[in-house]
Amino acid sequence: MTDDAVLRPHAEQQYAGELARLAEHDDRPRPPGWRLSPWAVTTYLLGGDLPDGTPVSPKYVGPRRLMEVAVATLATDRALLLIGVPGTAKTWVSEHLAAAVSGDSTLLVQGTAGTAEEAVRYGWNYARLLAEGPSAEALVESPLMRAMRTGAVARIEELTRMPSDVQDTLITILSEKTLPVPELNTEVQARKGFTVIATANDRDRGVNELSSALRRRFNTVVLPLPDSVDDEVQIVARRVAQLGTALELPEAPAGLAEIRRVVTVFRELRGGLSSDGRTKLKSPSGTLSTAEAISVVTSGLALAAHFGDGVLRAPDVAAGIVGAVVQDPVSDRVVWQEYLETVVRERPEWRDFYRACREVS
Amino acid sequence: MTARVEVYGIRHHGPGSARAVRAALAEFKPDAVLIEGPPEADGLVELAADPGMVPPVALLAYTPGESGKEDGRKAAFWPFAEFSPEWQAIRHALDTGAEVRFCDLPAAHQFADAGEEEPEGEEDVTEDLRLDPLGTLAEAAGYDDAERWWDDVVEHRDGGPAPFPAIAEAMAELRERLPLDALPAAYRLREERREAYMRRTLRRALRDGFERIAVVCGAWHVPAVRAAAPGAPGARVPAAQDDKTLRGLPKAKVAATWVPWTHGRLAGRSGYGAGVRSPGWYHHLFTAPDRPVERWLTEAARVLRGDDLHVSSAHVIEAVRLAEALAVLRGRPLAGLDEVTEATRAVLCEGADLPVRMIEERMVVGERLGEVPAATPMVPLQRDVQAEQRRLRLKPAALGKEIELDLRKATDLDRSRLLHRLRLLGVPWGVPAGEGRSKGTFKETWTLMWRPELDVELIEAGAWGTTVRAAATARAAALAAGATALPELTALAERCLLADLGDALPAVMRALADRAAVDADAAHLMAALPALVRALRYGDVRGTATGPLREVVDGLAVRVCVGLPTAVTGLDDDAARALLERVDDVHGALSLLGDEAHLERWRATLAALIDRPDLHGLLDGRLTRLLLDAGRLPDVADRMARAVSVGAAPSRAAAWVEGFLSGGGLLLIHDEALLRLVDAWIAGLPPDSFTDVLPLLRRTFGAYGSAERRTIGERARHLGAASPAAPGGDGDDDIDPGRAAPAAATALRILGWEVPA
Repeated sequence: MTDDAVLRPHAEQQYAGELARLAEHDDRPRPPGWRLSPWAVTTYLLGGDLPDGTPVSPKYVGPRRLMEVAVATLATDRALLLIGVPGTAKTWVSEHLAAAVSGDSTLLVQGTAGTAEEAVRYGWNYARLLAEGPSAEALVESPLMRAMRTGAVARIEELTRMPSDVQDTLITILSEKTLPVPELNTEVQARKGFTVIATANDRDRGVNELSSALRRRFNTVVLPLPDSVDDEVQIVARRVAQLGTALELPEAPAGLAEIRRVVTVFRELRGGLSSDGRTKLKSPSGTLSTAEAISVVTSGLALAAHFGDGVLRAPDVAAGIVGAVVQDPVSDRVVWQEYLETVVRERPEWRDFYRACREVS
Repeated sequence: MTARVEVYGIRHHGPGSARAVRAALAEFKPDAVLIEGPPEADGLVELAADPGMVPPVALLAYTPGESGKEDGRKAAFWPFAEFSPEWQAIRHALDTGAEVRFCDLPAAHQFADAGEEEPEGEEDVTEDLRLDPLGTLAEAAGYDDAERWWDDVVEHRDGGPAPFPAIAEAMAELRERLPLDALPAAYRLREERREAYMRRTLRRALRDGFERIAVVCGAWHVPAVRAAAPGAPGARVPAAQDDKTLRGLPKAKVAATWVPWTHGRLAGRSGYGAGVRSPGWYHHLFTAPDRPVERWLTEAARVLRGDDLHVSSAHVIEAVRLAEALAVLRGRPLAGLDEVTEATRAVLCEGADLPVRMIEERMVVGERLGEVPAATPMVPLQRDVQAEQRRLRLKPAALGKEIELDLRKATDLDRSRLLHRLRLLGVPWGVPAGEGRSKGTFKETWTLMWRPELDVELIEAGAWGTTVRAAATARAAALAAGATALPELTALAERCLLADLGDALPAVMRALADRAAVDADAAHLMAALPALVRALRYGDVRGTATGPLREVVDGLAVRVCVGLPTAVTGLDDDAARALLERVDDVHGALSLLGDEAHLERWRATLAALIDRPDLHGLLDGRLTRLLLDAGRLPDVADRMARAVSVGAAPSRAAAWVEGFLSGGGLLLIHDEALLRLVDAWIAGLPPDSFTDVLPLLRRTFGAYGSAERRTIGERARHLGAASPAAPGGDGDDDIDPGRAAPAAATALRILGWEVPA
């Protein structure tokens, strides 16, 4: 398998070097089934320097205590529930946690309205089932079952999108740490190191709320939107650089000012207040998360590289911003126009941006 | 045998320090204990052993003011909680019969000293702010937060060797290293004096023949105090030098007493910076016999359950595990408040912020109000307040509580009077909810919250008298004598009535009558009238004698009627608008009073005014309308036409229309006669004039809400077609007395009036 050809390598592939170095220097006790000690996992997530000077890049920029709570939760073999509005790095954190703790972030169940119980427990290879009758060979394991067997971290994305009856399958797994297979009169008992990281967003409507029985088997960590402009700019810049390398875009210099502008627009609209605190604004219907800011800047970079002069400029991001803000063609357009005329226009140094936005809206 | 001296350096309000001090004292068995605090309180210290003394309490030193002088008052507090090392030292000394002395610089000197800022009881803050010795130590130990370091090293340890020698050494080292010269001179001088006094107190104790002396003071001062202790390491400071430092210090008259204190005031967040951020947590650490984390989280679960949040024992178990795992991850010896709070958030509260905040308020800070025994020195007024509180069963509490008083009940009425009197004395224990007057006259809602400063206010108010009633009366009379404006006096009269200060009322009324007689400005008189009329009405419910008040109101009403004609000349727009409000107020007040003679005189005054050509349009329009409502003006239609005809200046016409129609669109909607009048006038305008008037009308109607405008339009459309029998037209006359009687009787009973059988 050639990793180079993969569009997006897994965390444990992309950061294999860092993980190996961390393991090398990790002299603290490791919980059973863990590849790294909790301290090393925290360092992997938040970044830092190893004793030999190897830098570890930060994967999560935000409050340290949140990551500590998350790691401590996993260390006490509890399940972890990451909650937040879309684009607050829930999936990102869960992937890196799984990669650091068990070296495998691929034991993943994607929650959708159509997720069936087989995806959480096990299914059958029907050809073999018909030919040979129920047997261990005819059983098709779910990622969760494999995680239990190997003592690894299983991930469940968008837990609240699963139908409630499928969610409840998890209760026994999380409390008894065992998965019975009545057809074969056997069961799978979880090995040490098994735990579950689930993500759910609290913004979307029409989701299936967790039952309190399931809820109390999780420790909950709420991931917030970035605190300050600087944090957010840092996150966007870092991710854009990573994505840019993956997509082999030509390097765009001097993009930081433009990124800051995108982040400022997003934060102002999200918070409903201009950054100087003088003007009240309406908030559009979209979430305008950091993740969206990242994609706006990435596509702007692509535009600049392929159609522009290679430098990220206002016209390159304008179209992306308008697309991200105006989700509802009627009400959001009003919000955007108002913002453009009352805030953007008043900023002399934003004149190019104003013109570019006028052109595309 | 030579005397032995032990100096225990502590952090104020540190449970670990408290525990260590208690253990150290039990072992050392001192016959004298010197404690950092005001020496003025030496005589009060026995009270600490009284069973009626419940911490948190504070030693209060204050300058007894003379006859309520507001300025120049100074007060300082030395708070003690159950978990304060000083408190534990006091209790230990009292229990074992050892002598207790306070060794800080006397408040008498601190108060008299230039008085640049309020002297604080604690020096921790200032130090933390200015040079932060603990921060330096914490940094050396690899911590980023001094509080956490101290917590880990001192407060959270249980058992083991006493930390005091190590603390003393560390402080000695620090004091040598830190650039003390960088501090402000005034601050340094004060610190020098304080430490000199501590040493002097220690020497005196040695001279008095005590053999085992324990000194409990802030860690920072340990090396300085040791300089006077025989056999202690470090340099000596000769007595003569301290005498020189302390010579000729200014002195103020100071009294001291114990007052109840609250945990909220101990917490740093309420502005009193000396404290700790989490008194509730420290109290728990100190009082919990074992398993502090488990007990704390169980208690948190109970608090949450009390608010109908479902939290099971399984939650608590998992929260404890998480807190402990976090502590290990962060390398702390015991789960601290941070870890416990994280665990509460992630497990007990399932990520929600609101319940976490509730836990913080109720438990981490924990509203606990201390008590002081009856034997505590108090001014007579304080005693009277306490007696009243007992009699009326109103217990002071630190957490704001809302109570509703039904003034028809004797107890509630007395409560209301007490609260009103205290307010008059400047002791705002209760704050009436909804400052805006509610419609009901027999219900009052108060928010009660006892703050420690109120004790100081009370002590100060003690200069006015020995009982609440007498003091409030004296204070009201003094206020009346000093009042300069009429509205001030009328408001005071109202408060006197509310507080049932019949004795003060004559004085206030006399002042009021005198003021009214010499006040030439009718506007002032008009501003004064409404409050008095309201007060008269209150008299009905509260059973207050309002005779003198009535006289004043009568006099005022006459004066207003006489003064109004001169007051309306030569007004600009703003002045006219202001006067319009007053006219409306007086009109409302007189209608409320219901005295036909006054109303008649008022209307006659108004009627005489509207024919004056120099009257401002706004007032003219409004007065016309008032008289129209009173049925006194037959020719309104003509007047209206005249006011907005070609001859009148457009601006005056606009003002007239505005004044005439003021009071909102609702009146036009519901008063059909008025609407007809306006409608007829507009319909009768010739086309040219209509174009001229249109902007004026638009200005008035534009101020109405769009819904009102629409309704007015709809009404106006049906006006032409409507017969006299249209809905609304006949409703008023169509009352069936027989069917209305039961409802009226019920309404009367609710109002508390006699029901005619």
